[in-house]
Amino acid sequence: MHGDGDGMTPAIELIGIDKRFGSVHANKDVTLEIAQGSIHGIIGENGAGKSTLMSILFGFYHADKGEIRVKGQPVRIKSSSDAIALGIGMVHQHFMLVEPFTVLENVVLGAEGGALIGPALDKARAELTRLAADYELDVDPDAIVGELPVGLQQRVEILKALFKGAETLILDEPTGVLTPDEADHLFRILGTLREQGKTVILITHKLREIMAITDRVSVMRRGEVVATRETKQTNVEELAELMVGRHVLLRVEKGPSQPGETVLDVRNLTWKDRKGVARVDNVSFSVRKGEIVGIAGVSGNGQSELLDVISGITRPTSGQVIFEGKDIGILGDPRHVRAEGLAHVPEDRQHRGLIGSFDASENVILGWHHEEALGKGFRLDRDKVVARARAEMEEFDVRPPDPFLKSSKFSGGNQQKLIIAREIKSNPDLLIVGQPTRGVDIGAIEYIHKRIIQLRDEGKAVLLVSVELDEIRSMSDRILVMFAGRIMGERGPGADERELGLLMAGVAKDAA
Amino acid sequence: MMQARGELPHWVDVGLIPLINLAVALIVSGLVVLIIGENPLEAMWIMLQGAVGSLKGWGYLLYYATNFVFTGLAVAVAFHAGLFNIGGEGQAYMAGVGAAAVGLGLEFLPWPIVIPLAILASMAVGAFWAWIPGVLQAKRGSHIVITTIMFNFIAASLVGYLINYWFRPVGKMAVESREITGAYIMSFREVAREFFGVRIASSPLNFSVFLAIAAAFAVWYLLWRTKLGYEIRALGANPSAAVYAGIRPDRIIVIAMAISGALAGLMAVNEILGVQHRLVLGFVGGAGFVGIAVALMGRSHPVGIVLAALLFGLLYQGGSELSFAKPEINRDMVVVIQGLVILFMGALEYAFRPWVAALFFRAEEK
Repeated sequence: MHGDGDGMTPAIELIGIDKRFGSVHANKDVTLEIAQGSIHGIIGENGAGKSTLMSILFGFYHADKGEIRVKGQPVRIKSSSDAIALGIGMVHQHFMLVEPFTVLENVVLGAEGGALIGPALDKARAELTRLAADYELDVDPDAIVGELPVGLQQRVEILKALFKGAETLILDEPTGVLTPDEADHLFRILGTLREQGKTVILITHKLREIMAITDRVSVMRRGEVVATRETKQTNVEELAELMVGRHVLLRVEKGPSQPGETVLDVRNLTWKDRKGVARVDNVSFSVRKGEIVGIAGVSGNGQSELLDVISGITRPTSGQVIFEGKDIGILGDPRHVRAEGLAHVPEDRQHRGLIGSFDASENVILGWHHEEALGKGFRLDRDKVVARARAEMEEFDVRPPDPFLKSSKFSGGNQQKLIIAREIKSNPDLLIVGQPTRGVDIGAIEYIHKRIIQLRDEGKAVLLVSVELDEIRSMSDRILVMFAGRIMGERGPGADERELGLLMAGVAKDAA
Repeated sequence: MMQARGELPHWVDVGLIPLINLAVALIVSGLVVLIIGENPLEAMWIMLQGAVGSLKGWGYLLYYATNFVFTGLAVAVAFHAGLFNIGGEGQAYMAGVGAAAVGLGLEFLPWPIVIPLAILASMAVGAFWAWIPGVLQAKRGSHIVITTIMFNFIAASLVGYLINYWFRPVGKMAVESREITGAYIMSFREVAREFFGVRIASSPLNFSVFLAIAAAFAVWYLLWRTKLGYEIRALGANPSAAVYAGIRPDRIIVIAMAISGALAGLMAVNEILGVQHRLVLGFVGGAGFVGIAVALMGRSHPVGIVLAALLFGLLYQGGSELSFAKPEINRDMVVVIQGLVILFMGALEYAFRPWVAALFFRAEEK
């Protein structure tokens, strides 16, 4: 090994990396150079091959062709332990932590270094103190990881990698679970890492983050690196166009709303979990015809539970959900709630919205399968189901338009279109939508937003929950902010991002 | 680390891979036969001859397969709802009490009335015996695997008691009920002799075999052409999506278990009404457990189950012929061979899949 910090030899070089999964060409002859001591962003839509490329670098997959060089030396990375030994660390999108363990125990995991755990823990404790001082990475070493907020759990992941001697840190979509404030803190940490000579690879689909923190950025599309730019010499519009391969609208086009009468009236709603913790805490708000009400907030602050109560999946502990003058909270049954004219696009399309092993046609009737139009009495008429699927798939441009394809084989965006089609075509008076564009490519996002606004313009009511602040701000006619189960305040569509961020963090609260 | 790569064509999944598994099972069985000093090829030939070499062999094969279709379908229906019903053995055993009670108790009625009633009674008692674990699972969260196993033991003791103290005629030594003389299901042999005056080889094959075919069709129709079947499959495939869709898991669990138990109960129709014509101790003889292997091998699809049941019918019939012909290969060795088939076809179902997939994609790239 030579020249650790000379700045000339790149920290990582990927040369001609090629990877296929069956008929899918995930990485096509990818060549990429990551400079020592820099923050290098990799952006691209879902399925562009970012994660595959990083998984190859971290030893989860093996490239079919190509070479990896670390500090100029060709290496073979057969497993993640090889990668760690070469000084590569990874912070996954879904944390790889043992929740009942303490921070210290998690940090030494995989680096116990002997039959007895004591010496490793002592060493880790000293190391953690040093890392905390160097990088603003303060965490109580004896805290139970499962009890820490997500922002701190992420720090534990970073500490884990640094403790194992990572020189290059890969972060996969690190800000998805963070408040704007926590994200800023993360970026400060990344900045300090860079100053100390570490190399950071940041995978994200958020253009704003790329602009804010990176030195260079590589854009991936359909398995290829289509461009690498100095961040200073590019802009959001250019990057978006490179990602999608055509010009895209970053702003949602919509006219002013013309709200009508109240459709949904939530009054003093509380829902407590099994431990008696109020996850939805005395929430009141209303949604009128012809408007989109957005609920902003960091994930895990009661939005999911609120959607569950309104859609009838769980019963409220107290309070009312008045839908068109009728209390549907007491029904506690999604089937009857649907019959009242409420449609629900769930937050988690893979675990809730779709049945992966069912084909598209069977998913197009999920929740609506009792309709007499699909078969009289107990029967389910396969021809009618398929005909409905064909019609909806064509109207919503689901690709491929094959009703017999298993729903798990569709891309994220097309899966989401399938769900949106199903729920919108039920002609609801109120559509509740959770995270409509999570993990969806830009093209599909545009389309999904357009359809939701079209529904609003037809005079229907929409309740939108999203952790993407940009989405909430561009879509909503009114914005509510949730924190710790409570509504912190209401703002208009032009609300200042800073101000919303403070409400999301629970710092400020309206008198209301 | 083997990664999932693309999709294999359907014929590879349902045709080639099971055949490879079967071949491996037979090779390993052959090795076992070799170790005890017999010629594996000869043993296999005897098995095949014994099962499909004569009308009598076919009769036995189909009779065994009838039992396995019923218990296999029972396992499959529960499996589609995400439930592992290991209690087919006990459900079938209890159902025998229902069949015998109606068959003996209502014998003053004409047989066209008694037989349907006895079939319904078998289904009802089998359904009841699966319904209890279903309710315990749905309302109390007691794991269905544990409760159905327990219910096998309860059934074994309870039916033994009932035969001994209720069904056994005074003075009879054997632990069995009196014979059902009127309302039994005729064997093929009896029909041939009575109505056509033809003598055919003796076998226990009876008209229940048509009931098995009807049951297989009914299960297919239920699962893929009714709203209830849709709900059952939705719950099994993705419980949280089912809840989102307004499908009530507790209700579906109870219904699916009852249907499963009713299908297992039909096995008693074949055995009690069709073959034994009396309630005998331990008449299920492991068919409930074979049903698990049959359902696994048949991928819980009625067509697959019928094919798998035929294979197991062949192994059963061929196996007993083999143990007659070769004293060295006794009944236990035959069970070993059957066990190996279950191991490779069921438990190690996907053992060879990665290799097949790798070969397949290499060929495709060229």
